[in-house]
Amino acid sequence: MVPSSSSRSRQLAGLFAKAAPAVISVGLLLLAWELCARYSGIKPTILPAPSRIFAQAMLNREALVDNAIPTIRATLFGFACSLSAAFALSMLVDFFPPLRRALFPVFVISQTLPLVAIAPLVVLWFGFGLMPKVLLVALVTFFPMLVALVQGYEATEAEIGQVLRAMGAGRWRVFVLARLPSALPYFFAGLRISITYAVVGAIFAEYAGAAKGLGIYMLNAKNNFRPDLVLAAVGVSAALTLVLFGLAVLLQHLAMPWEQADRQGQGKGP
Amino acid sequence: MSRLELRHVCKAFGGLEVLADISLRVGAGEFVSILGPSGAGKSTLFRLLTGAQHGDGEMFFDGTPLDNHGRHFAFMPQRDALMPWRRILDNVTLGLEVQGFRRKAARARVAPLFAEFGLAGFERHFPAQLSGGMRQRAALLRTVVQERDMLLLDEPFGALDGLTRTAMQRWLEQMWRHHRWTALLITHDVREAVFLSDRIYVLSARPARIAREIKVPLPRPRGPGGDAARQASALEAEILDIILNPGLSPQPPEGYDHD
Repeated sequence: MVPSSSSRSRQLAGLFAKAAPAVISVGLLLLAWELCARYSGIKPTILPAPSRIFAQAMLNREALVDNAIPTIRATLFGFACSLSAAFALSMLVDFFPPLRRALFPVFVISQTLPLVAIAPLVVLWFGFGLMPKVLLVALVTFFPMLVALVQGYEATEAEIGQVLRAMGAGRWRVFVLARLPSALPYFFAGLRISITYAVVGAIFAEYAGAAKGLGIYMLNAKNNFRPDLVLAAVGVSAALTLVLFGLAVLLQHLAMPWEQADRQGQGKGP
Repeated sequence: MSRLELRHVCKAFGGLEVLADISLRVGAGEFVSILGPSGAGKSTLFRLLTGAQHGDGEMFFDGTPLDNHGRHFAFMPQRDALMPWRRILDNVTLGLEVQGFRRKAARARVAPLFAEFGLAGFERHFPAQLSGGMRQRAALLRTVVQERDMLLLDEPFGALDGLTRTAMQRWLEQMWRHHRWTALLITHDVREAVFLSDRIYVLSARPARIAREIKVPLPRPRGPGGDAARQASALEAEILDIILNPGLSPQPPEGYDHD
């Protein structure tokens, strides 16, 4: 079913209508900041105006891009690791429920570790390379993903499992045919949250020590009394997070085409 | 020759006796209903049949003890249990997929049945896009294409609104006349049981035993109106009387007035 051009333009218009409030609120916020920075008499070395941050970001774009790449690499690599681990463990827990009681307390404790304390230690143990960043990103994203997956499996409609077992499906078939797809909405909800943690985790690790990366760039800019460059790097990391978030949403739409059908559920057949 | 035969089947959960003594049989091409109040253990009986739980007593299929449960029964639950992420076509082929059919072969096998089940043109729809009655027909199609020896229908229309339910009952009766499935239906709807069945087993309140076996001598097709309809309502009244006034005691027994 290919949507006609008119329905597509209507979709686009709807998208704009949905995005408008966010654009307006962010725009007003930036405007207020700009006015405040210009007319309050606060020095730009304390509070730089958004226009100045943007201009400096453009001037230093090579350095910013150069430092963003290791951050992106650490984020994606760390997230891939935590995702694989969360998947493997969630399946283990699903097939051997007693494991849950043994493992979950450990993971809950792992979530209570203050990043401020852990980041320098991880750098101390694993050096300035990619490894400590990957570990830290994995640490902050692993547990939310694991919980999302385990909860998702458990959300499987009991009667679907009953029907499958009556058809002669074993545990593995039931898992693949019913529990895994049932977990998808939970998985994507977890993904959207974790992906934002992931960028923060990577920057934190770099802050604690790195050769390159947005985190270390921020630290250096701060030490050079350049809040404008700190904020420029913050802007880059925010944009990065938004892009990853958007990718997660896009992925969800592609992976769950029936969601649209659920939403239009009113237009039912006879 | 009876296909399914149960002899003195019992089931207790801990100290709670759910099925006290169930003996019944279902002949080839026969439509049999188990009628009883909610919570009487009707669904437990199905779980014993499908092998999800184990009880005491003997169960035979075609004269041999029932061991490989999945081979004989196709099960349809009260809520349709369609998978929201699968299109109707793929929901319907689910049982064949589990049996090891290739997707193409499974689809080829179900495709001609869509028209008969009133689902033509909805193959590519998701369940959420269908009405309750259509979803239930899709669930029944998913059940019958497995071509098992016998259908187990667990209150298949219980979740539908009254009008849709009546329409579905008529449709099912018509379908059954064409296909002559061997079917065991669980229901608490007296009218549904009388309308669809050749025989009815009336269950007592928990712990469930067979309170009465009733033959339904009504001719088919069982349309509305006419002489048959009058016979049917007489039968319905008789069955209601058995359920609501078991024994000769004038007071309602324990278990019915606290629901």
